[in-house]
Amino acid sequence: MISADLNLILPEILLSVYAMGALVGAVYTGKDNLAGTLVWTTSAVFVALAVWIASSGTGAQSGFGGLLVNDGFARFAKVVILGSAAAVLLMSEGYMQRRGLLRFEFPLLIALSAVGMMIMVSATNLMTLYMGLELQSLALYVVASLRRDSAKSTEAGMKYFVLGALSSGLLLYGASLIYGYTGTTAFDGIIAAAKHGEVGLGLLLGLVLLISGLAFKVSAVPFHMWTPDVYEGSPTPVTAFFATAPKVAAMAMFARVMFDAFGQAVSDWSQVVALLSLLSMFLGAIAAIGQRDIKRLMAYSSIAHMGYALMGLASGTELGVQAMLIYMAIYVTMNVGTFAFILSMERDGQPVTDIDSLGMYSTREPAKALAMLVLLFSLAGVPPLVGFFGKFYVLRAAYEGGLAWLAVAGVIASVIGAFYYLRIVFFMYFGEEKDEVLDKGKSPVLTGFLLVSAFLMVAGVVNLFGIEAPAAAAAASLLQ
Amino acid sequence: MESIILFAPLVGSLIAGFGWRYVSIRGAQWITTGLLFLACFLSWAVFLTHGPETQHIQIMRWIESGSLSTDWSIRLDRLTSIMLIVVTTVSSLVHLYSFGYMAHDENFKEGEESYRARFFAYLSFFTFAMLMLVTSDNLVQMFFGWEGVGVASYLLIGFYYRKPSANAAAMKAFVVNRVGDFGFALGIFALFMLTDSIKFDDIFAAVPQIAETQLHFLWGTWNAAEVAAILLFVGAMGKSAQLILHTWLPDAMEGPTPVSALIHAATMVTAGVFLVCRMSPLMEFAPSATAFITILGATTAFFAATVGLVQNDIKRVIAYSTCSQLGYMFVAAGVGVYSVAMFHLFTHAFFKAMLFLGAGSVIHGMHHEQDMRNYGGLRKKLPVTFWAMMLGTLAITGVGIPLTTIGFAGFLSKDAVIEAAFAGTNGGYAFWMLVIAALFTSFYSWRLMFLTFYGKPRGDHHTHEHAHESPMVMLIPLGVLALGAVFSGMLWYGSFFGKTDKVAEFFGVPYHNAAEAHADAGHGDDSHGAAKDDHADDGHGEAKADDGHGKAKDDHGGKPHYVLAGHPGEGAIFAGPDNDILNEAHYVPKWVKLSPFVAMLIGFGTAFWFYIVNPSIPAKLAESQRPLYNFLLNKWYFDEIYDFLFVQPSKAVGRFLWKFGDEAVIKGGLNGLAIGIVPFFTRLAGKAQSGYIFTYAFAMVIGIVVFITWMTLSGGAH
Amino acid sequence: MTVFAFYLFAIGVIAGGLFTVISRNPVHSVLWLILAFISSSGLFVLLGAEFVAMLLIIVYVGAVAVLFLFVVMMLDVDFAELKAGMAQHMPLALLIGLVLLMQLAFAFGAWDASHMASDQLVNPIPGDIQNTAALGLILYDQYFLLFQLAGLILLVAMIGAIVLTLRHRQDIKRQDILAQMYRDPAEAMELKDIKPGQGL
Repeated sequence: MISADLNLILPEILLSVYAMGALVGAVYTGKDNLAGTLVWTTSAVFVALAVWIASSGTGAQSGFGGLLVNDGFARFAKVVILGSAAAVLLMSEGYMQRRGLLRFEFPLLIALSAVGMMIMVSATNLMTLYMGLELQSLALYVVASLRRDSAKSTEAGMKYFVLGALSSGLLLYGASLIYGYTGTTAFDGIIAAAKHGEVGLGLLLGLVLLISGLAFKVSAVPFHMWTPDVYEGSPTPVTAFFATAPKVAAMAMFARVMFDAFGQAVSDWSQVVALLSLLSMFLGAIAAIGQRDIKRLMAYSSIAHMGYALMGLASGTELGVQAMLIYMAIYVTMNVGTFAFILSMERDGQPVTDIDSLGMYSTREPAKALAMLVLLFSLAGVPPLVGFFGKFYVLRAAYEGGLAWLAVAGVIASVIGAFYYLRIVFFMYFGEEKDEVLDKGKSPVLTGFLLVSAFLMVAGVVNLFGIEAPAAAAAASLLQ
Repeated sequence: MESIILFAPLVGSLIAGFGWRYVSIRGAQWITTGLLFLACFLSWAVFLTHGPETQHIQIMRWIESGSLSTDWSIRLDRLTSIMLIVVTTVSSLVHLYSFGYMAHDENFKEGEESYRARFFAYLSFFTFAMLMLVTSDNLVQMFFGWEGVGVASYLLIGFYYRKPSANAAAMKAFVVNRVGDFGFALGIFALFMLTDSIKFDDIFAAVPQIAETQLHFLWGTWNAAEVAAILLFVGAMGKSAQLILHTWLPDAMEGPTPVSALIHAATMVTAGVFLVCRMSPLMEFAPSATAFITILGATTAFFAATVGLVQNDIKRVIAYSTCSQLGYMFVAAGVGVYSVAMFHLFTHAFFKAMLFLGAGSVIHGMHHEQDMRNYGGLRKKLPVTFWAMMLGTLAITGVGIPLTTIGFAGFLSKDAVIEAAFAGTNGGYAFWMLVIAALFTSFYSWRLMFLTFYGKPRGDHHTHEHAHESPMVMLIPLGVLALGAVFSGMLWYGSFFGKTDKVAEFFGVPYHNAAEAHADAGHGDDSHGAAKDDHADDGHGEAKADDGHGKAKDDHGGKPHYVLAGHPGEGAIFAGPDNDILNEAHYVPKWVKLSPFVAMLIGFGTAFWFYIVNPSIPAKLAESQRPLYNFLLNKWYFDEIYDFLFVQPSKAVGRFLWKFGDEAVIKGGLNGLAIGIVPFFTRLAGKAQSGYIFTYAFAMVIGIVVFITWMTLSGGAH
Repeated sequence: MTVFAFYLFAIGVIAGGLFTVISRNPVHSVLWLILAFISSSGLFVLLGAEFVAMLLIIVYVGAVAVLFLFVVMMLDVDFAELKAGMAQHMPLALLIGLVLLMQLAFAFGAWDASHMASDQLVNPIPGDIQNTAALGLILYDQYFLLFQLAGLILLVAMIGAIVLTLRHRQDIKRQDILAQMYRDPAEAMELKDIKPGQGL
């Protein structure tokens, strides 16, 4: 009995055991000298687990008395989470090393955070969900303030921590209200309770508070305020991590809670999610225009992108979930490439995040500038790049889900948002040349990720690398 | 072989256009010209060896969209092969001629600008597009070629892009052609709607049904065949510069003269005639449309000839002459004698190209002076050019021995048109217009000759002293074309306008003996059908006489009376069952046959009197008939009327949309939004991002309160 | 009696929370917080969850609150200045709070649980088993996974605390006992023969 349950979370167990083992091993041996090795091994473990999960069985198995489930949806999300975490970890090594930030705990905290994310996406009980969420968040709070001698970094960690605690409180309050209404925290119990009789006001209140807590994790407006400050203050590799794997996890968890626990109240939460989506898209687009710092800009960019992903969710249909999953996979790929570029922005060995510094970048490094151009166009959703198809999917899902107004608003927001992406392109190709130019990128890892990501944006046009079918299967498994 | 003909010019064009840096400008010239000559020889080979049967040569699958499915393929029949030789012959000669004509050009900086490679690339590209047009197997392919030649024409008219007048002329040609192309496109849409296909074979087969169909178009319901035919003809009007849409052709003379010879005389402008002939099955079922074509063609022929009388620019005279001759062709097509239309197209290509090239030679020799009033007495200075022009003039005015088939090319083909017009309209409007136009043609052609080559040198003394004969590369094409101008009519008279059975064989159209059919009428349809099947099957339309030996008792003696038969789409052209004009044209009264010759003589005599005997008369006449002179000199005020009716209102609308629509509404609105409102919100968002945790927490709480309030309000419905 | 006790503790919790926020002296705030903890542990006792109640007293009052007290007393933070910003947002905050309160009152005033809620509720104290034992059974059996996850969370907290605070300063002298023990007189000392009146 217990062995079957443990089998269910074998990847999580292995990852935790690896993290603890490596922790103990590193403490008693090389300590920070081992950090570089640990980064690579952790990435390797991530990749191995991702491959394993991707190739492992089909169907859905529930375990631990309904605390969690291992289904197609969870597997899809886990593969994306592990893949992006591995990519970001690899990219971060050089940067952290040069700044003296590469502590051996860093890859292990990331690994433990990944365990939390994996629990999040397969949770089918509000308690499991909360545990996964806290495990993930706590690790992130720590890595956000990893550069502890920088006021900005500690401030970022502090803000993230305090506001994260507030959001956790909201989420817990919502969960307790739901418990009070339904008498259970298990998703199937909640949905069963909602099925019998009408959706009570107490449940709705709980739902709203729960959504608020979740919206904080995906940084949807108006729960987004922490995002720009934290993105700016954290070390850039940590920012890259924030922008990728946790977003996927939170979004997947969001979808699971909405469909598995509140599948009976789709019309209720759909309007809230639609509003979150609308606000996120517009605020992300409008506020980013004023940014000069590329990390803050990417923060707003990710807010806007979460708005689009939420649009798929708001449609409340299987197609919508599929669109959301595709969108998140594409978003993560684009962001890995973009942050690979940002990580390589250095002047005299010091990181630079000012977009002015990119003036006439194209003349010095045409290949990288072109790759970045492709990525930015893709982020803006310019056809025929892959980013366009992501937007196309969610817009279609929203339209077919009866949210035509949201789809129209999404198009308008993407037009506004295109401005700041194109402005970076403008700086790179037509801007003013600065006296102090950026260093030539030396890191083959960063350049590789940048070029591969850009290439995927172009080559994926053919069939999106066949991601549609797994995403459809995942969506189907979520809605059963 | 056909594919080589089609693609050789394209290859040449690409090499010259994009690769001249690698093959040198001279190399680019030789390559394009060489490939064109290759295409020319192959075309003649195809024309002489290939039978009249229709052949489809698929190049590739082209369009698959819904029920629209079409190949890109060559339709090779007699019409195509005629056009192939016309296009490739004139084009290759013009390529060769351009070596000399374009050798030096003060419009471009020598050695810095590769204008020659560009010119040859354009010429070859034009040839490719024109070949696409004439070899098309379906309407869309034809439209592709149609637009391709339009583009080439635009590029070449505006070749001297530093001259504002050239740019204006290029735009005018393009815009006016858009009007026609719109009609053409609508015609294609109509036929596709009616037959669900754009292939000629499918459309022709469906024509009898189309003729029975009613179609709602604009404000009324019309016969579908009439509508489609008229719409297609609107396209032809634009391309072939027929009245109403003719204004671009004279202005197109801004282009280099070889271009005028190739595009605006011999080939592109005849595309409209080709289109009408190609669509002959449809035209035959649209009597009103063909009547319209006849009247419009006749009117154009007359109109252009009158304007040509008083023009002073040597190229404009020939341009109006072209316009007028195109009117002749349309009359022939309009009365249903498509073979004669093609005949005149064929011969006209030779002598008109030669006239243009001759004019180009004069202009070249006179240092780009184009006003005939500054010429005079040039026959000593430019002897070869003079004789070539003389042959061309003899051809266009129609010199020959009356009542025989001996004469210059124009004599045979123009007389054929006029006789057909008489037979087709029973001596009506079209016939008289054409005869008068023939008189005028003779007058202005001789006027051109006399002003240019006779009399005393006028104008700039210096220019006349330095006038020189053109180099050999420019004279050889003149010689070759002269051969065509002299002999092409006599050689192919029988094929185009001979006895009906000869014509039918030439065009691969089934025919049968009407007299016999008449005699056997009692047997029902058997023999009729058999005769048709017989000839349809053996394809070549062999010249074997019908085996019926029917003693014909028709109006024209004991000879068998053949008429064109067959279903629409069999053979290159089609004549309706009641259409016997081809036959009847041979039996018009003697005075009709003599009339164009007499008109020619009168025109020649008048011109001789005006410009050789008593050169002061024209000025006096112009003075005494000032209003008429101005009317003609200003081309019947067409440009002015259009300017008033269309150009100024369009400009006004454009200005309104620009100043109000674009500047005020869109620019003002969008900029207001983009520069005013969005940054306002951006600042607002920036301000909200205060950096204090309590602000952030406060925002979250406000969000929750809003959501909860909204939920309780909307959730109360549950 | 229980009703009276409930209201007493409930008012204690609310008052404790309120005064934690509004009292001017931070030390007072912490004391008010302790009152809130104690009152809620009283509420737990009323519910029959005496183990949780005692845990609350021991952990929160005994450890957390006292730690808070130390921190507040040792840090020189000008709370008055921090609170100055509050004044300008007060009207809006009050309004929002009022709306929220009304919403909650609305929700709880018309509270109706699902028909299935009573069936789904599981009594945490099955039969005559003791509170502590029952919790242990659930925690190590039914919620084994969550217990382990909580352990992981604590591990991350430990790592975080160490990573963020542990510093190896290079500029101070440390006592290295091993080095001291392995000191060799031969290496550490150099014997010199100094002639009288000459010096080194």
